[in-house]
Amino acid sequence: MATKTGIPTGSATTKTAATLSKQEVMRYSRHLIMPEVGMEGQLKIKQAKVLCIGTGGLGAPLGLYLAAAGVGRIGLVDFDVVDSTNLQRQVLFGTSDVGRPKTEAAADRLRNLNPEIQIDTFDTHLSSANALELFNDYDIIVDGTDNFPTRYLVNDACVITGKPNVYGSIFRFEGQITVFGYPGGPCYRCLYPEPPPPGLVPSCAEGGVLGVLPGIVGTIQAAETLKLIIGKGEPLIGRLLLFDALAMKFRELKLRKNPECSVCSEHPTLTKLIDYAEFCGIRGEEGPTTVTNVPEITSRELKTRLDRGDDIYILDVREVHEYQICNLNGHLIPLGELSRRVHELDSSREIVAHCKSGKRSAQAVEFLRGAGFKKISNLKGGIVAWSDEVDPNVPKY
Amino acid sequence: MAVKVIIPTPLRAYAGKQESVEVQAATVGEALAALTGKFAELKKHLYADDGRLRSFVNVYVNDEDIRYLQKDQTAVKAGDTISIVPSIAGGARD
Repeated sequence: MATKTGIPTGSATTKTAATLSKQEVMRYSRHLIMPEVGMEGQLKIKQAKVLCIGTGGLGAPLGLYLAAAGVGRIGLVDFDVVDSTNLQRQVLFGTSDVGRPKTEAAADRLRNLNPEIQIDTFDTHLSSANALELFNDYDIIVDGTDNFPTRYLVNDACVITGKPNVYGSIFRFEGQITVFGYPGGPCYRCLYPEPPPPGLVPSCAEGGVLGVLPGIVGTIQAAETLKLIIGKGEPLIGRLLLFDALAMKFRELKLRKNPECSVCSEHPTLTKLIDYAEFCGIRGEEGPTTVTNVPEITSRELKTRLDRGDDIYILDVREVHEYQICNLNGHLIPLGELSRRVHELDSSREIVAHCKSGKRSAQAVEFLRGAGFKKISNLKGGIVAWSDEVDPNVPKY
Repeated sequence: MAVKVIIPTPLRAYAGKQESVEVQAATVGEALAALTGKFAELKKHLYADDGRLRSFVNVYVNDEDIRYLQKDQTAVKAGDTISIVPSIAGGARD
């Protein structure tokens, strides 16, 4: 098994045999004295080209460890700017980076960590238009994105270009890690032929994430990437590693190549990139189902009406822990409990439902209208809009 | 036979917030039926309208995917662990 893998690195431009400078020998000495890496392995690492999709929670530890290890060329793809809510887990960034493009802040940090390597930045959305060209320049792709459309795009582009996809994903305190797209091994679509419909699976923004979890998962992705480069050990090909940080347990499941897979089987039905937003049933980043045709009230209108003493019952459909962060003194019934707690509401009173940003409460309004509630509207933009337009003392989260 | 069903984090909200549930069953299909019998809300998260397991949810008996065993008919014995493994996409942007 030891040398079964091993990605042919440095294939795009065959340079003269690489060597290490005196400074590099010093820098990588803890690798060099280890037989599993040694000079041969370190030179492979130096010639390797790894593309990191996303420089967020997973990309942060990944980028740091790949740069520290001496991966010769690291590409970073991210369209986002650093936000203060990122700092809880995206350890590439500091407080002074807030507002900077992530790729720029990340590149500065990684160049400072290791000036011997090349960092390429792509301050852009990965798309069906640019993915194949981008992937062609690298040996290994590491998927650290946060949404289904990009996950399927990365997978399909990896299969089409024949590049391994070091995959990691997280939710709250649980992670999944594997290597997809290795020749002969399964791909993401073998495991999950289709994405969940929008709204059925909460995103990290809705579900939260333990800050250290992407640190652990991204670090495992870095380890797998380095193993693929040096061709040592047993990579996570055909194995799905599940990690639960609360139970502090790892489990391993077998992954099989699906003989009927639409992209990686002998007779694929999908041979070029598609519109992934459409495939996942959504447009752009905002995943969850958007119910649009329900009556709405703006936070300013609501304030005016409450101030003049109108009898309005506020229904908060967020979760208990969100209510504890901030609230409008409303009656709390989390969306998931609404159907069985509907009797707590008086349909003769006027009700305004709200959540954080207005999406969950739109579903609540739609449901309640179906249940016969006539005087009900949705607070447009949720408690975030209330904070922006009415009361800045209400914290945003 | 008593088998353990491990509930993944995203679905725990629909299963009384439990990490795992013990059910009596001789096949995977029976185990999942017992589970959704206990927690009705789980049903729409596991099954599509046509009654088939959703394509973003996989079910394992111990470490094997039931798609490559006998699917719903896969036999389970006392002490087996059934895992429900849905796709999760998070990479922790905000």
